[in-house]
Amino acid sequence: MIPAKFEYKKATSVSEAIALLDEYGMDAKVLAGGQSLLPAMKLRLNRPGVLIDIGGINGMNEITEEGENLVIGANCTHAEIAGSELVAEHVAILAQAAATIGDLQVRNLGTIGGSLAHADPSADYPAVVLACDAVISVQGKKGSRTIAATDFFLGIFNTALEEDELITAISFPKVDKGTYQKFYQSASRFAVAGVAVVWSGDHVKVGITGVADTPYRANAVEEAYDGTGKAASKAVDGVEVMSDHFADAEYRAHLARHMVRKALEG
Amino acid sequence: MGKYIGKSIKRREDIRFLKGTGRYTDDIKLPNMTHSAFVRSPYAHAKIQNVSTAAARKADGVVAVFTAEDGCGEYGVPCGWQVNFKNGDTMREPVHPLLAKGKVNYLGEAVAVVIAETLAKARDAAELVDVDYEELPAVTNPRDAMNEGAPLVHDQWADNAAFDWCIGNDRIAVEEALEAAHHVTELKCRNQRLAPNALETRSYIADYDVNNDKYTLYSSTQNPHLIRLLLCAFVLGIPEHKVRVISHDVGGGFGSKMFHYTEEALLTWVSKEIGRPVKWTADRSEAFLTDAHGRDHVIHAKMGFDKDGKILALLSDEYCAMGAYLSTLAPAIPTYLHGTLFQGVYTTPLIHLNVIAPFTHTVPVDAYRGAGRPEATYLLERLISKGAQELQMDSAEIRFKNFIPPFDGVSQPGYQTQVALQYDSGNYEGTLTKALEILGYEDFKKEQDKARKNGKLLGMGISTYIEACGAAPSAVVGSLGARAGLYEVGHVRVQPTGKVNVYTGSHSHGQGHETVFAQFVADALGIPMEDVQIVHGDTEQVAFGMGTYGSRSLAVGGPAILKSVDKVLEKGARIAAHKLEAAVADLEYAEGKWTVKGTDKSVSFGDVSLTAYVPHDYPEGLEPGLDFSSFYDPVNFTYPFGTHIAVVEVCKDTGKVDLKRFIACDDVGNVINPMIVDGQIHGGVAQGVGQALLEEVVYDEAGQMINGSYMDYALPRADDLPFFETSNTVTPCPHNPLGVKGAGEAGAIGSTPAVVNAVVNALAHLGVTDIQMPLTPQRVWKAMQN
Repeated sequence: MIPAKFEYKKATSVSEAIALLDEYGMDAKVLAGGQSLLPAMKLRLNRPGVLIDIGGINGMNEITEEGENLVIGANCTHAEIAGSELVAEHVAILAQAAATIGDLQVRNLGTIGGSLAHADPSADYPAVVLACDAVISVQGKKGSRTIAATDFFLGIFNTALEEDELITAISFPKVDKGTYQKFYQSASRFAVAGVAVVWSGDHVKVGITGVADTPYRANAVEEAYDGTGKAASKAVDGVEVMSDHFADAEYRAHLARHMVRKALEG
Repeated sequence: MGKYIGKSIKRREDIRFLKGTGRYTDDIKLPNMTHSAFVRSPYAHAKIQNVSTAAARKADGVVAVFTAEDGCGEYGVPCGWQVNFKNGDTMREPVHPLLAKGKVNYLGEAVAVVIAETLAKARDAAELVDVDYEELPAVTNPRDAMNEGAPLVHDQWADNAAFDWCIGNDRIAVEEALEAAHHVTELKCRNQRLAPNALETRSYIADYDVNNDKYTLYSSTQNPHLIRLLLCAFVLGIPEHKVRVISHDVGGGFGSKMFHYTEEALLTWVSKEIGRPVKWTADRSEAFLTDAHGRDHVIHAKMGFDKDGKILALLSDEYCAMGAYLSTLAPAIPTYLHGTLFQGVYTTPLIHLNVIAPFTHTVPVDAYRGAGRPEATYLLERLISKGAQELQMDSAEIRFKNFIPPFDGVSQPGYQTQVALQYDSGNYEGTLTKALEILGYEDFKKEQDKARKNGKLLGMGISTYIEACGAAPSAVVGSLGARAGLYEVGHVRVQPTGKVNVYTGSHSHGQGHETVFAQFVADALGIPMEDVQIVHGDTEQVAFGMGTYGSRSLAVGGPAILKSVDKVLEKGARIAAHKLEAAVADLEYAEGKWTVKGTDKSVSFGDVSLTAYVPHDYPEGLEPGLDFSSFYDPVNFTYPFGTHIAVVEVCKDTGKVDLKRFIACDDVGNVINPMIVDGQIHGGVAQGVGQALLEEVVYDEAGQMINGSYMDYALPRADDLPFFETSNTVTPCPHNPLGVKGAGEAGAIGSTPAVVNAVVNALAHLGVTDIQMPLTPQRVWKAMQN
């Protein structure tokens, strides 16, 4: 469990991190909480030449209320999010999801920015950012921009982030009512099917993770929603469902529909 | 009961474990020590075309690189148990090389080892070893390994069978009884392959001392003396008195650290070659790939019943994987530790088991907590519960009908089974009765009816198990193919001040010997427990020993120590008689002193021990000193038994099993420390539940292990388990002086079928009669859909 040799760079500011990313390009990896990256490096499945540690950058782990939004710094840990009073008050579904991630050690170190950038298809946050219509703030050498959550996830471990870009914060519109329902994989405790539902008036927004190789908004469910759980039958419409030894496609599709129903029925 | 026996005394060893000051092999750093990294096969089966080590040898910090070409491992590591074909042919025994030569036969098999100044440098250089492989088709399932045309693990034989063996009554008689039976219950299942997952991974340091031409091997083993014997006499051909094996604290093993592994022998050889100490500690991935796995039986069994539910006959045909090579005890596990338990706790008059043990392109399979007995218990307990379900009988009632009646082994004889063993003592209905009381069986039935009406899936499963522990009478196991005796050694050294060192050949890897052994020695000598120190795990301190496995330490190691205690007291009495000017026959010994009967004249244990070492005024002709060693070879195995009951609720939407209650009523004979026995039961039950619901090593078609990490291999966690309701009955072992039977494996043996029976019971009204382990949500959900 010893990683291949790498160089370690500690960034003290976002701009320094971006400069380093620009300098080292594909050879560099950004280290946030390290809870996915470091195990992969120890197994030598991932062997970056340079690690750019953004963990010490000031101001990246704050949770602030900005009008109708709650802005979460990218370096906020799952434990900080799960335990935050502000999150509990304004985007409770996010705290609910954060509390289901990994175990206490993982939650104490892993960060929301790291998780989103890593884009594991079974991670929990993607379902929530999709259902909340969160906006992801990123910064790169060309400057800052924002990416809508629905545009962010492109595939397995693949996002709309450019090579030199860093997630700095995630902005969540405040949520009146929402719920995250997760069926755990028994070994890793990632989501076999994770469903986030956010209500706005009579409508719902439904984000699903763990089911396809890219987390997605279940548009068919949203359109068919009639105030009951019936629309859940459309949870995997048009989706290629993943299959592994814990859950084949048939069972996983069933779980997705079941978890959507459970979420819709509140 | 004495001052200490029967009391839940806190474990002495826990102070260092809880403070993090235990001394595991990997904690040891010797001066000038090197580190090693293995180059392991990425294929389950491949020809090795070429191994190029030039780049690795030149890498920074590299001391040496070795491959099979360097002359190590010609004899390989030996197998310790021979099980022949039923037609008399000798067991097929391939050489198990220290480093693969020409061909690799399992994923993770070592091809080369790199020795370097640091572990990081060894790992880096290992990546520079270039091995050309030609991948070959592999077979990992033991049933498939016997198919016509299956890839051969060892080309010198026509098929993959290591042996084809049977036990019990004549097969034709059993088949005829099944033919004539009122009902035959059939079970086709796999007792799935498990990875042992000890908390401490395997670790070795070999240190060759050129000045004394002497080797020291530090090893995380359950079995220091046996490792030394195998290493010296079989693998490396070095003199036994020139090797010391030291095993300090060992962090669990579950059997997997009993065996002599190739890395132990190779490092010992390497240490002399390089003239420096060398260390290797498995990382978790290596543990998954190279620790001997457990179970892996493919089973087709039948149980015949009469119309009242009485068992008439039992027949099982099994394919039990050996893996690529025969590990130390592998052939014994699915045979003499499995078939001999087919009587169970029932009066079944006709029993036959046939075992074909194929080589497979996998890591070797060997003993894992329970070792053969959980597999027997699973089969029996599933069959009888499935039989009850099919006959529409109550699963408790059918067991009461079939139990062997109680016998104490003293006034009543032992029970002779159809499968070689004679049980020592038992009261099987006793534990079932008590467990049902704890459950509240009548209330449960009402609760279940109510739950079903509300659409809930509530189920209860029983398992009434027996196991054979305390291995074992040497002559018996010798006649069954063991290549070792299975006695134990106990040495009691009384120091001049009356303090006592006890040396035992058994070796704790978490069990708590230092506490339990001190309890009964202190009671036997009538001295404070603080005055007794237990020493184990060093071949130069302990005369000899056969290690710890099969719940044998207390049942076999305990009496060996007591024999030496008796010798101490016998000699002490002669010294005391001299001091008291009385006859030995007139003395009695209690509470640490000899007293002349009917007087207040006495002399203490401490006075006598001082006299033994300062023999100025001393019995004529008596040797000084108070120091005795004894060997104890038991007359029989011990047979713990018990009842486990699981209560589960199955989620109808997801198939997820919620274990709501777990009741364990075990009879392990006399209990020295109830807290430790409880701990053993708890741990065993957790492991057994793990097998029932979560664990399985999965290989793909090419023989790649697809779940060799904790991201994919599910172990039970605290929140998967309820609070266990443990209790016991006491039926002492009649043939050892402590009356103990052993508790290390009971939990893992009894629990697995109880959980599966409970899940099937929860779904019985849907027509479900069996589900393959592990009962993952997916499998349970699919069973409900059909």
